[in-house]
Amino acid sequence: MKEILLVEKPGLLTTVQDLGRTGYQQYGVVVAGAMDSFSMQIANLLVGNRKDEAVLEATIAGPSLRAVRDIVIAICGGDLAAKINGKDAPLWKSVLLKKGDQLSFTGLKSGARAYIAIAGGINVPKVMGSKSTYLKAGIGGLNGRALQKGDVIMGSDAVKTSTIGRMLSPSLIPKYEKHMTIRIVPGPHEEAFTKEGIDTFFSSVYEVTPQSDRMGYRLKGPKISHRKPADILSEAAPLGGIQIPADGQPIILMADRQTTGGYTRIGTVITVDLMYVAQAVPGAKIRFQPVSVQEAQKLYFEQMRIMRQISVGAGIYDE
Amino acid sequence: MEFSIQPLGDTGIIIQFGTEISEAIYQQIRQYVYWLEQSCIEGIVEWVPAYTTLTVFYRPNIISYDELSQKLLKIGEKIESMPVPDPIVIEIPTLYGKEAGPDIQFVAETNGLSEEEVVKIHSSSDYLIYMIGFVPGFPYLGGMDKRIAAPRKKTPRSRIPAGSIGIAGEQTGIYPLETPGGWQIIGRTPVKLYDPQKQDPILLKAGDYIRFVPITEREYEKIEQQVLKGSYKVVKYKKEAAET
Repeated sequence: MKEILLVEKPGLLTTVQDLGRTGYQQYGVVVAGAMDSFSMQIANLLVGNRKDEAVLEATIAGPSLRAVRDIVIAICGGDLAAKINGKDAPLWKSVLLKKGDQLSFTGLKSGARAYIAIAGGINVPKVMGSKSTYLKAGIGGLNGRALQKGDVIMGSDAVKTSTIGRMLSPSLIPKYEKHMTIRIVPGPHEEAFTKEGIDTFFSSVYEVTPQSDRMGYRLKGPKISHRKPADILSEAAPLGGIQIPADGQPIILMADRQTTGGYTRIGTVITVDLMYVAQAVPGAKIRFQPVSVQEAQKLYFEQMRIMRQISVGAGIYDE
Repeated sequence: MEFSIQPLGDTGIIIQFGTEISEAIYQQIRQYVYWLEQSCIEGIVEWVPAYTTLTVFYRPNIISYDELSQKLLKIGEKIESMPVPDPIVIEIPTLYGKEAGPDIQFVAETNGLSEEEVVKIHSSSDYLIYMIGFVPGFPYLGGMDKRIAAPRKKTPRSRIPAGSIGIAGEQTGIYPLETPGGWQIIGRTPVKLYDPQKQDPILLKAGDYIRFVPITEREYEKIEQQVLKGSYKVVKYKKEAAET
């Protein structure tokens, strides 16, 4: 275990995240984990980590970090104008950060969240099988909280440098647009809405409001009308679930959602489109499109296949 | 066993057993969960039982929706006559009233009872844990006697100590960690319902029962010490055994 990074500025909200705390939802333990797990996994693969290793998730305004020793990093996801010693740092590419180098983020060009993977991973204790920070319960990550000025991030002793320069094929780099179409599998409470309500939902544009965070995205747009009460007996609330409370305005449930919820849901965002929601900023416009679960799973396989190819290309066999 | 299955996005399936809260429906969910556990279907990540539903999360790269829904339907077909272990009752030692339960007088007055009667009624039934949610380890309990029902506080408290036991409407519950809340607090347990550093961080499980057992201040302190040292063992027994 070695010191690798000193936090000079924490940024707006920078936390340690992996794929989340699965297996404890029946006990009410929130999953948390990276909002954009695609970028998080690719960042890991580019530096030669297992794809489920913990990374730093920076939000909108990124941190300033000083390398305490030579390390290999990859930055993926949103373009938060990353700089190394003031010069543009490449995204979706594994690079060497030399002892004393400063990694900073100086603006927001596209997306909302950047993922910084460090070769060898981040050394924080696992809580219930995961290194993910869950702020509300104060568990995981760095003492259950976001990064603060003066924090020192610990890494692993053995650092592979053979991955330097490895990059994601440009054709596979996602583009984060301000107008997006998000595919959903309809249900399970479709019968709670009027036909007009469902038609409105699929034919209108919804705007991401500033009341959006790791727990959920509140959207605003034409009201989705119910024909049954908007409250239901509480049941499990899935990642990407789209709740419609009585006011008819959708809320997309994200990584830090509660495990159970008591509002009707009109659909669930498909896995491959979750990253675009995770990278949306307030003001972004979303249109929803229904797909079958079979179609969603075909897209899921395709994404898994791409990640497996990258893993194998990188000599990582973790499945 | 009657139930319906629906996809929940591409990584979840929701199984609906009914539409109303009832112990009978819940026993079906409990039976289903037990046999789901036994069947060890590859690709399932976890599941979440709730009042009338069971949600299963899975990895579609290991098992597809079509394959998994077939397997889940089959489990339902064959388990009706299959045995399930008796549920467990977990005793929650509870110090009622005074500082630990500042609202017990309000609950008593609301219902025209004495504080002692509130304690007696609250501690004389087994409460089924329908689900755990809201915060880690928080049990949604059924079966509270309506004679001790009380409305929520008009202004929620900003800080309720962990272990507090409260009443809200016709529900009773325990706060596993310090949070704000509007329930009428009638007592407190020294037992930890949630300890993230432990091997099994959550004490309670959906499908089991809770029984509140009144204790004195001295007993509270003694158990609190044992909990701190890690030597406290909760009292558990089979529900059937308790009744015979």
